Amino acid sequence: MTHLHLAVALDGTGWHPAAWREPDARPAEILTARYWADLVLEAERGLLDFVTVEDTLGLQTSAFHRPDDRTDHVRGRLDAVLLTAALAPLTSRIGLVPTTNVTHTEPFHLAIGIASLDHASLGRAGWRPQITSRAADAAHFGRRTTPQLTDEDVTDSELIAARLRGLFGEAHEVVEAVRRLWDSWEDDAVIRDTATGRYLDGAKVHHVDFEGEHFSVRGPSITPRPPQGQPVVTVLAHASTPYELAAAGADVVFVTPQSRPDAVARLGAFERARQRFERPAAEPIRAFADLVVFLDEEPGRAAERKQRLDEADGAVFGSDALVFTGTPAELADLLLDWRGTGLDGFRLRPGALPHDLTAITRGLVPELQRRGAFRTAYEADTLRGLLGLPRPASRYARAGAEG
Amino acid sequence: MTVKPLKQIHLAAQLPSVQHTVIWSDPSAGSQIAFDSFARLARTAERGKFDFFFLSEGLRLREHKGRVLDLDVAGRPEALTVLSALSAVTTHLGLAATVNSTFNEPYDVARRVATLDHLSGGRAAWNVVTSHDAFTGENFRRGSFLDEADRYTRAAEFLHTARELWDSWRPGDFRADAAAGEFVRPGAGRFAHRGQHFDISGRFSTPAGPQGHPVIIQAGDSPEGREFAAADADVIFSRHADLAGGRAAYRDVKARLAKYGRDPEDLKIIPSVSYVLGDTPAEAAERADEVARAQVSPQTALMLMEAAWGRDLSGYDPDGPLPDVDPVPESVVTKGHNLYRSRGREETVRHWRKTAEERGLSIRELITEVTARPTFVGTPRQVADAMNEFVQSDAADGFVFSPNVVPGGLDELVDRVVPLLQEMGVHRADYTGPTLRDHLGLKPARRHFEETP
Repeated sequence: MTHLHLAVALDGTGWHPAAWREPDARPAEILTARYWADLVLEAERGLLDFVTVEDTLGLQTSAFHRPDDRTDHVRGRLDAVLLTAALAPLTSRIGLVPTTNVTHTEPFHLAIGIASLDHASLGRAGWRPQITSRAADAAHFGRRTTPQLTDEDVTDSELIAARLRGLFGEAHEVVEAVRRLWDSWEDDAVIRDTATGRYLDGAKVHHVDFEGEHFSVRGPSITPRPPQGQPVVTVLAHASTPYELAAAGADVVFVTPQSRPDAVARLGAFERARQRFERPAAEPIRAFADLVVFLDEEPGRAAERKQRLDEADGAVFGSDALVFTGTPAELADLLLDWRGTGLDGFRLRPGALPHDLTAITRGLVPELQRRGAFRTAYEADTLRGLLGLPRPASRYARAGAEG
Repeated sequence: MTVKPLKQIHLAAQLPSVQHTVIWSDPSAGSQIAFDSFARLARTAERGKFDFFFLSEGLRLREHKGRVLDLDVAGRPEALTVLSALSAVTTHLGLAATVNSTFNEPYDVARRVATLDHLSGGRAAWNVVTSHDAFTGENFRRGSFLDEADRYTRAAEFLHTARELWDSWRPGDFRADAAAGEFVRPGAGRFAHRGQHFDISGRFSTPAGPQGHPVIIQAGDSPEGREFAAADADVIFSRHADLAGGRAAYRDVKARLAKYGRDPEDLKIIPSVSYVLGDTPAEAAERADEVARAQVSPQTALMLMEAAWGRDLSGYDPDGPLPDVDPVPESVVTKGHNLYRSRGREETVRHWRKTAEERGLSIRELITEVTARPTFVGTPRQVADAMNEFVQSDAADGFVFSPNVVPGGLDELVDRVVPLLQEMGVHRADYTGPTLRDHLGLKPARRHFEETP
């Protein structure tokens, strides 16, 4: 039986808005390197494939499409690329996947930031590009306006996708420009040839000449090709337009099935999006399902805990992903059942930290290992290696064209 | 008679990158991109109790005669990213990133620099550089939007805006008080800035780091650059590495501080320098010649000559006399190169011709003379004494060392010169505080908090 892939999605003190008030939470430390190091080292002890770190340009908000003035939820965060870079020297095998905004940022800076994370982690970097349409985010930059979602839009992911089609189109361009920049130095561009006095072979460093509808980038990158060649691009997708973004540009897609039949339906929709783009068979895309998890060994305990958190928050917590409460063994049952739909793995969003992370690494992982469904040791030292993704050659090396 | 107390020397080091002075051909030369090289150099600087480690930036690979310049080291990581990683393998060393104020936006830079300050426990610095050229702009959404005349007004407003963002969280706004059920105080992070270059408002995502404001560095030596530093910076990288020039620049810069309500010690003047050691003066001189030969290959000599002349000189012999043809004044054959920005090409050419004629120098000898002379050459004792004289006589407050070889080029300085400076009582035996502001002896940041409505 091939092994499942497992990732955890880290954000603040966990995904439940009242998680920060739990006795074992460390809310006052979320701006420290130590806090995040403890979490990621725990995830690495559990042999997980990677962690993702959430980010937003604006202050966190509890409403999807606009800021709020709540004071009783976690507010304040660090830049995810820099945070994961600080975790790189402390870890050795686990993949590090920061989220970045692609609507108000420069593709060139994104490319060199993720490439630098890949260098600092010796090949363990990933990237989750994310769009934003919040007017508040646009006002932080003052350079453009973005489509504003209405209260009706946010009830339906297809309505959101339709309204934001332009921003998704721009995200396609950002991913393409970033990927070209990563390829712009061939692997053997640095030659150190004392006979001719040349440090570089200039023919192996290429202008990328990206000309999109929204921006252009001349290149080449200022950062030599990252160890993985192409760091792992991940896309969270809930509807047809983001499926297309994932199909065109991602190595890993995160989908949000609410049930097993829904997983079948979503993977089918993703497959149809994928067929619209011609990507070589050598570029497989791994499909992960997202789940928010509350886990306790004692049956019924996790549901009670979630209910207690809901009461503390004054609202029943729901999410774009299915919210699972149960024992690690029950979660293992669900993961192995859903895997039959064609999923390669799961990105688990711990309801509360550190509780639900340790339940994953010390409860779920051993359970899956007993069933022969999860690795018992890391088998590779790059993220592409862990995910079974080949290291691509530079597109410019193939073309052999003068830059 | 009162004895003037000895000034402490502020030491910094950089990982040298895209200059011809980096000897990539040395047998001990390592990777210019591998994290190990950065970690090794940073740890060496920390072993020497340096104030900070510094990384430069250039957002476009340099091009010569229409092709990527292939003679010098090229390629480097994004500075804030690698410095964040270095925060995990160092404990006290300041971490200084160069970040351009033209091809960035204040909100993004303010949160990234604040993040580095958090991750490092208060060791972040930001070297604010400006550029305006269309060549670099081709890598960015906005392209060449800025006139050269506006680059410092934008930089100043950029920095002021970043400080407003860092001050948008008042002390105590970040509460995380589970018992009270209050994570933040109402309105935490709220800001509004309206100016010539930026019109932004909202709520800032990242509370300021332990230093409040990170240390601000400015590297330009023009009158505008000095004024910017006097008004707003904590450190200025001077270009004056000779005693007389250093003293004049020092007096000029320090004299500009009073009108901004600042004291002379609020701005540290730190020239960029290099060194070559030997067991005897003669050996040091001999090694300096070897270093210079390695830095200026025949090809590099011609390339730098072409950059100044603005024309192809490939027919000339690097070991022969300077070109007899005249430079082409407006022609730019080397893009992204700032070697002649401070002095101007015509004056450079005049100066080079005069020097070569007076001393009978070939192209390669001249280029070596004008671009590859290390600041300090001598025995460890001679170098320590020269450094000390430079600082005690107010030609500088310290130095940023740029080693010739990555990653081992700082070892000799730290192993052989730093102990002498410590014996002389002009360099710390150990760090006395956790933050970079502590190392530099700076006052706490002057912060401005809005009254709560």
